[in-house]
Amino acid sequence: MAFVHWLKRNLVVLAGLLTLGYLLLPNVIVTVFSFNKPKGRFNYEWQQFSTDAWKDPCGVADMCGSLSVSLQIAVWATLGATILGTMIAFALVRYRFRARGAVNSLIFLPMAMPEVVMAASLLTLFLNMGAQLGFWTILIAHIMFCLSFVVTAVKARVMSMDPRLEQAAQDLYAGPAQTFLRVTLPIAAPGIAAGALLAFALSFDDFIITNFNAGSTVTFPMFVWGSAQRGTPVQINVIGTAMFIVAVLFVLASMVIGNRRNRRKA
Amino acid sequence: MTTDNSGDVRLSGISKTYGAFTAVHPLDLTVPQGSFFALLGASGCGKTTTLRMIAGLEEPTAGAVRLGDQDVTHLPPYKRPVNTVFQSYALFPHLDIFENVAFGLRRRGIKSVKKQVEEMLDLVQLGEQARKKPHQLSGGQQQRVAVARALINHPKVLLLDEPLGALDLKLRRQMQLELKRIQTEVGITFIHVTHDQEEAMTMADTVAVMNAGRVEQLGSPTDLYENPQTTFVANFLGTSNLIEAEVDSRSGEDIVLRAGGGKLSLPGARCSAPTTTGGKVLVGVRPEKISLTHADDAGEIPEGRNRITGRIVDSSFIGVSTQYVIDSPVCPEFEVYAQNIDRDVRLVPGAEVVLHWNPAHTFGLDAAQDIDAGVETVEEDAA
Repeated sequence: MAFVHWLKRNLVVLAGLLTLGYLLLPNVIVTVFSFNKPKGRFNYEWQQFSTDAWKDPCGVADMCGSLSVSLQIAVWATLGATILGTMIAFALVRYRFRARGAVNSLIFLPMAMPEVVMAASLLTLFLNMGAQLGFWTILIAHIMFCLSFVVTAVKARVMSMDPRLEQAAQDLYAGPAQTFLRVTLPIAAPGIAAGALLAFALSFDDFIITNFNAGSTVTFPMFVWGSAQRGTPVQINVIGTAMFIVAVLFVLASMVIGNRRNRRKA
Repeated sequence: MTTDNSGDVRLSGISKTYGAFTAVHPLDLTVPQGSFFALLGASGCGKTTTLRMIAGLEEPTAGAVRLGDQDVTHLPPYKRPVNTVFQSYALFPHLDIFENVAFGLRRRGIKSVKKQVEEMLDLVQLGEQARKKPHQLSGGQQQRVAVARALINHPKVLLLDEPLGALDLKLRRQMQLELKRIQTEVGITFIHVTHDQEEAMTMADTVAVMNAGRVEQLGSPTDLYENPQTTFVANFLGTSNLIEAEVDSRSGEDIVLRAGGGKLSLPGARCSAPTTTGGKVLVGVRPEKISLTHADDAGEIPEGRNRITGRIVDSSFIGVSTQYVIDSPVCPEFEVYAQNIDRDVRLVPGAEVVLHWNPAHTFGLDAAQDIDAGVETVEEDAA
């Protein structure tokens, strides 16, 4: 009876913990197996604890090269998509122009289209234009599919912005450039940052579109997929864990900074 | 006042049209330096558009805006020596209170802002809150930040766009007095846009009543209330009883009118309408000017007063006064506010009464207007 009572009171917490466990279990497995010392070529069964892979993360041929390609593409795609997407979002919210409604819905088409279809049609397009497949075609493709996400994120923010804030800035002696830098941009920043993070994540782990349009260039997801055919090096888990830790550190840092700022203000 | 006229605001023939819609008809207006001026009207009457044209946030379709001797018609807002307190304040959410107030100074390249900002925050009693963000303050505090942020720039003119609209009644009263105090202290020209007639009358030296893009009447609060020139002003500022009457004759300075079989007297100087014998005019009188006497005592009413008979339909006791609605042959809903000094217990719904008032309180309006202009809008705004 006491147990039932306890269960009733803690049901929400319990459900929360279970869901969290469900979400994080794959990450835990990846991390645990980064310390494995597999017997064969496949890292699917636990053998014994070892830090070999952590000591030599680039020990597998071509893996760190592919990681560097992926990071470069992700950074440039994020930059390109964020700048273009922010401008599109402002144009769509702030200005009335012909075909604005059409543009508004067309911008979401890439999100709705099946990725394979888009990948194949992009390849057709590149081949017909005689483009050399590689770094640049991947980058162009990534900017394209990240755009919709950035526009969505920034648009939501810009729409909720009070236009009177910019008028107030102008009224207080800020010219157009000052108004944009001091008021518009800082207020839109959270939306832009969300869009950029989304773009980075999408670009970094994209496989399908990249695989179609990469030519002989190999990105990290392509490397992982390729090596999974022949055997999985432990280093893949090392890179995966490292990326996860970096992301967690980012989140923690932003939380700490936010808390400290709030405490100082209060 | 000073002889300096650099804070004069002169609008000459300014108008604003959006496509086929005319928000403001050509308008001439002069607001003298150092005055507290109110633009009063219902929503959509063009008062905010007028204010925004002075601020430079809206370009006039025609006409000119002058500040002192300077023509600012084509200057962008950031080059005008004018600051605005926006409706719902428009405080910068990403900056703290100190930086909000310092914004104007910093944009003009002033480096040492600390002393001025602190003084200004003390003036509006927010010194303690300097490092808080706007959303951490109450509505009244945010309002004071908005005033401080504008005033710190020592503008020639301060524009206030419904600055008290978002506050509850008690706070609004308090801020009205506060703003009036600040205006007297700094001596800057204030132009205040509001739809609240009481607010306009409490605060402003001069009130311009706007309706449908035009100024209906301009004057001191007392002048507007006692001598309305149009039915809109008569109904929008307080309450008026308007009766349709026919011009009968003249006796000296006064005009004698016929209404519902009785005769009413109206001082000729208080009639803004043409008075040809046999023509129609609207006779107006404010509810608090009227005395109520039970029909049995009609003989005690002194000679020379305007009188109308009727029957009480409704009465509501509201503490300082009792408000009666009276059905009379000339007007089915005559309103009378009686002070609760010596209450006659016979004055209950159903009682036959005589309404009487000093003819000097009567005003005359042109009968060729909508008798109910300005009535509905007040009720809408109150809802």
